[in-house]
Amino acid sequence: MSGTPVLQARALNKRYGRVVALDNADFDLMPGEILAVIGDNGAGKSTLVKALCGAVIPDSGTIELNGKVVHFRSPIEARLAGIETVYQNLALSPALSIADNMFLGRELRKPGFVGQWLRRLDRSAMQRIARDKLTELGLMTIQNINQSVETLSGGQRQGVAVARAAAFGSRVVIMDEPTAALGVKESRRVLELMLDVKRRGLPIVLISHNMPHVFEVADRIHIHRLGRRLAVIDPKQYTMSDAVAFMTGAKVPPEAALAA
Amino acid sequence: MSDDTAGSATAERGLQGATEALASFDESDAGVIRRVQAFLHQFPTSIPFIVLLLGVVIFSIAAPSKFFAPFNFSLVLQQVTIIAVLGVAQTLIILTAGIDLSVGAIMILCSVVMGRTAVVYGVPVLIAFPLGLLCGTACGVINGLIVTMLRLPPFIVTLGTWSIFGALNVWYSQSETIRQQDMEASAPFLQWTGTIFKPYDFFSKTLGLDWMFLKGWVLTYGSLVMLILAFIIWYVLNRTALGRHIYATGDDPDAARLAGINTNRTLIAVYGLAGFICAIAAWVLIGRIGGVSPQAGQTANLDSITAVVIGGTSLFGGRGSIVGTLIGALIVGVFRNGLALSGLELLWQDFAVGVLIIVAVTIDQWIRRISA
Repeated sequence: MSGTPVLQARALNKRYGRVVALDNADFDLMPGEILAVIGDNGAGKSTLVKALCGAVIPDSGTIELNGKVVHFRSPIEARLAGIETVYQNLALSPALSIADNMFLGRELRKPGFVGQWLRRLDRSAMQRIARDKLTELGLMTIQNINQSVETLSGGQRQGVAVARAAAFGSRVVIMDEPTAALGVKESRRVLELMLDVKRRGLPIVLISHNMPHVFEVADRIHIHRLGRRLAVIDPKQYTMSDAVAFMTGAKVPPEAALAA
Repeated sequence: MSDDTAGSATAERGLQGATEALASFDESDAGVIRRVQAFLHQFPTSIPFIVLLLGVVIFSIAAPSKFFAPFNFSLVLQQVTIIAVLGVAQTLIILTAGIDLSVGAIMILCSVVMGRTAVVYGVPVLIAFPLGLLCGTACGVINGLIVTMLRLPPFIVTLGTWSIFGALNVWYSQSETIRQQDMEASAPFLQWTGTIFKPYDFFSKTLGLDWMFLKGWVLTYGSLVMLILAFIIWYVLNRTALGRHIYATGDDPDAARLAGINTNRTLIAVYGLAGFICAIAAWVLIGRIGGVSPQAGQTANLDSITAVVIGGTSLFGGRGSIVGTLIGALIVGVFRNGLALSGLELLWQDFAVGVLIIVAVTIDQWIRRISA
């Protein structure tokens, strides 16, 4: 590993009553990489990711963004700091248009009197930016930027959610099970989309259960087990069955990977 | 045996076709019905609009001389004004997937506050009127606070506050009506919304225009207040961030929250705004009946919901429009007026309104299924 991590966590702890969700968990995301986070159900990976995106406040431990300690109390604070999350349920509003959804919660207002006093939205600017962002990601098969999101297919919706994250995430994009609900062809497009986002320089944290997808796009794989980071492996040096074995405890990873 | 093989081969061929269709993005071969559905999905206001036109055509045939006349249309407009104003408030609430059973009670309470403070207690109208507006807003905010802070269903909350605001109304009014003459003597401003306004005379006097199609129309300032109010709320819903947040909150509150919208603040703003609009409705109500009656407007609650639903706004939140509600209120007015002029009894008016409600909700459900 070289350089400073974009997002780093040290010794995170989180308990829910007697259940230990995070047990001195560490985390490192390097610039420009796709880091997959895998782990068995109940390993605490979703708590880890929620702590990183502000949805959960850890009991102890530190999170650093670009070397500065941050304390997120809500996903909105994380978002303001440049961490965008694509939630599994996408957080899109079905009846609103694509453009409206991309700017939901951060609408642009017209300049001058109409914007400041009449609170008028700058719809043409929002539509233009939305169209540009979708085109950048090769998603302009979506013809009409004003069509409602519910008329889109699952993959297209995912595309809108990813485009939104890529458009506004300045530091990190976190993707929670982006291909879980999709068919083969649609998953393919989403994976390509992720590689596009990476090419544009944004690091991605990918949470997924789908080993082929993880091994296809990830640069490194963070294996979470029993509330902590067990190992970080290079997908080129290990097979999927190795990863599953580490994840479930059937096999102990070698020292080199453990050091992380 | 050979039949069997042929059969399974056909079945397999069918299967292959189906698999390909599933994986592609192509949606071009939509049937006519599907296309109608898509059209209605994009322009949901077209249905109430068509129903309104149909109503006008049918009653023009059924009661030709009486129905199709500017004076009669003016009458319908005057009759629906109050319900339309309350409908605007109700639209805001229903867009957030809520319902407000207390709109009528807030309206009456506000009319009592405005009228009684000005007439009985002799407070200048300049204070009594804003006091009424404040009262309506406060009632709305109370609804909003209970809905968001106690996380109770709006139906239950407003069922409770309906009763509470009703009781406050009896307390403050002491069940006394305020007569038209007394109102005229001490607070004519409150009656202003009932003042007659003839568009033809207005345009010919001020601009010297001889617009014949305006002849015979008799509006009230209350109707103008309703139109201006509807325009303002339309603007808020369609041209401001708050409007987008209202739709998003009603559509999927979890998604809205994750997208960074403060849904509680949005809801409180919506209920407060609805309360304010109810106070405006109170002003229109005073103008219409000339005075204040604590017993007025008993059916206003359900009538406002009827207008909203017939206007194509979904009770499940997130979709609908102010224009739809205005048309919905007009539909109810036109059907009631037309059926009466066609010589049918009152019970058939209620019957027709009931049918319209059920048809409207059925169509809404069908349109919503487009995403499936």
